[in-house]
Amino acid sequence: MNGAGTKAIEITDFSHYFGSAQTLKRITLDVLRNEILGVIGPAGSGKSTFLCALNRLNDLVRGSRVEGSVRIDGQDIYAPDVNVVELRRKLGMVFATPVPLPRSLFENIIFGRRLAGRTGREEMSALVRDSLEKVGLWEEVKDRLDESGLKLSGGQQQRLCIARILALKPEFILLDEPTSGLDPVSTMKIEDSLRLLKKDYTIILVTNNVKQSARVADRTAFFLGGELIEVGPTGRIFTAPADRRTDDYLRGRFG
Amino acid sequence: MIPLRLAPRLEQKVAQTALWVFTLATVAVLLFIIVFILSRGLPVLSLDFLTRNPVDMGKGGGIFSTIIGTLALTLLALLVATPLGVGTAIYLTEYTWGGPVTRVIRFGAECLAGIPSIIFGLFGFILFVTKLKFGWSILSGGLTLAFMLLPTIIRTSEEAIKSVPASYRQVSFSLGSTKWQTVTRVVLPSAVPGIVTGIILSVGRSIGETAATIFTAGSALRLPTSVFSSSRTMAVHFYILAREGISMPNAYGTAAILVLSILGINLLTYALMNRFIRKYK
Repeated sequence: MNGAGTKAIEITDFSHYFGSAQTLKRITLDVLRNEILGVIGPAGSGKSTFLCALNRLNDLVRGSRVEGSVRIDGQDIYAPDVNVVELRRKLGMVFATPVPLPRSLFENIIFGRRLAGRTGREEMSALVRDSLEKVGLWEEVKDRLDESGLKLSGGQQQRLCIARILALKPEFILLDEPTSGLDPVSTMKIEDSLRLLKKDYTIILVTNNVKQSARVADRTAFFLGGELIEVGPTGRIFTAPADRRTDDYLRGRFG
Repeated sequence: MIPLRLAPRLEQKVAQTALWVFTLATVAVLLFIIVFILSRGLPVLSLDFLTRNPVDMGKGGGIFSTIIGTLALTLLALLVATPLGVGTAIYLTEYTWGGPVTRVIRFGAECLAGIPSIIFGLFGFILFVTKLKFGWSILSGGLTLAFMLLPTIIRTSEEAIKSVPASYRQVSFSLGSTKWQTVTRVVLPSAVPGIVTGIILSVGRSIGETAATIFTAGSALRLPTSVFSSSRTMAVHFYILAREGISMPNAYGTAAILVLSILGINLLTYALMNRFIRKYK
């Protein structure tokens, strides 16, 4: 596997359509290994569509269609022979609303592994513990792993969802506004987890909260109306944006 | 200005009272039917009535063979209709985009639901009894009932499946499941209570059905020995006893058992369902 800083995802001239509506316009962007890439932009700018294009979750929506290419580890993920199930395991995704499945904490975490085939109880227990520890949830829930995932607080649920992703042993973590429904303390805990996780994973963080991108992202990309306006080191984007529209958005002139 | 317009608070009072009266009327009618049947039927009931076969066209003896006949028909109908109906519902909701073909199938199923049961009886008679030479039998009757129940099971299963949050599916797919894994591990477990409700509704319908079964399962009073035996259901037994004036007490006894068993099935199912839901929530 390549080292940190090399290209993990290469997106070239990539467009996406829902029916006749174009939702992404000729995006060209690289994602570097072990970075946190923040993706900001107003509602409807194509951020979530962009994220769901990477793990092909857009395929579930009728009329979804793409042009251009997305290469992950050098492989075109829209090639006809791609195993989409394998692809989705490689890019774990966390949604805006935490969605624990209606089963126990334990079962939630090993859900993905179970899909891939049965494994021993011992190995599963280790996996559950390891995943929960990585998101700092183990101490809070270790005595109630057989309780329903729906009984946790919102912030705990979201960390459970991240742990569930980690149990897949993915390469990438895609986060779609993961803290939009959470209080500041829970948000802080999740941001702390992300900083730690960066060591082992490449993270793309879509967020409505530009300050969140400023806090955790190494590089930030600004989307507007389905276009990538600019991308660069977070510090540079926030202090000296190259494009007028980025500046306007960051200053709260619109969006 | 409309002079007849009531003050909002008065209007609310009138509406509430009217709705209360409607509800009371509904409950009263239901209670009346149940009390009427049970008051006439319960005195006839005894262990003998339940465990002995009818004697002398039903004038004497019990209704054992008709209970067995009813159970066998209902069971067979469910065994056929449940996989077909639930399978169709899964296909329509999970495997199609809801295009014109889906709408035509759904429309067809709804039309099927509105067809009088005697038409199903006639259809079953022509297809199963005569054309396929199953004769008047539990097999013919069960298959006919199955077709009659299909629309209900499809419709209720579809509603149950649709009510499973889309986010569950999204999460399941994003964790690397195939469509089938999503259906079996996420969608169906959450939809089971709704699906079971639909099946219970059809059990009630199937137990109470006369027109469709009299044409296809016949009205033999002997204890059925195989799916090719002709058999009389409780509902048919009641109909014949009452219509031909054979024995009104025994007719009401049969009716009481019918009412009680439907009540029992509903209670049992709700109890089971409550346990199931508690386990998954």
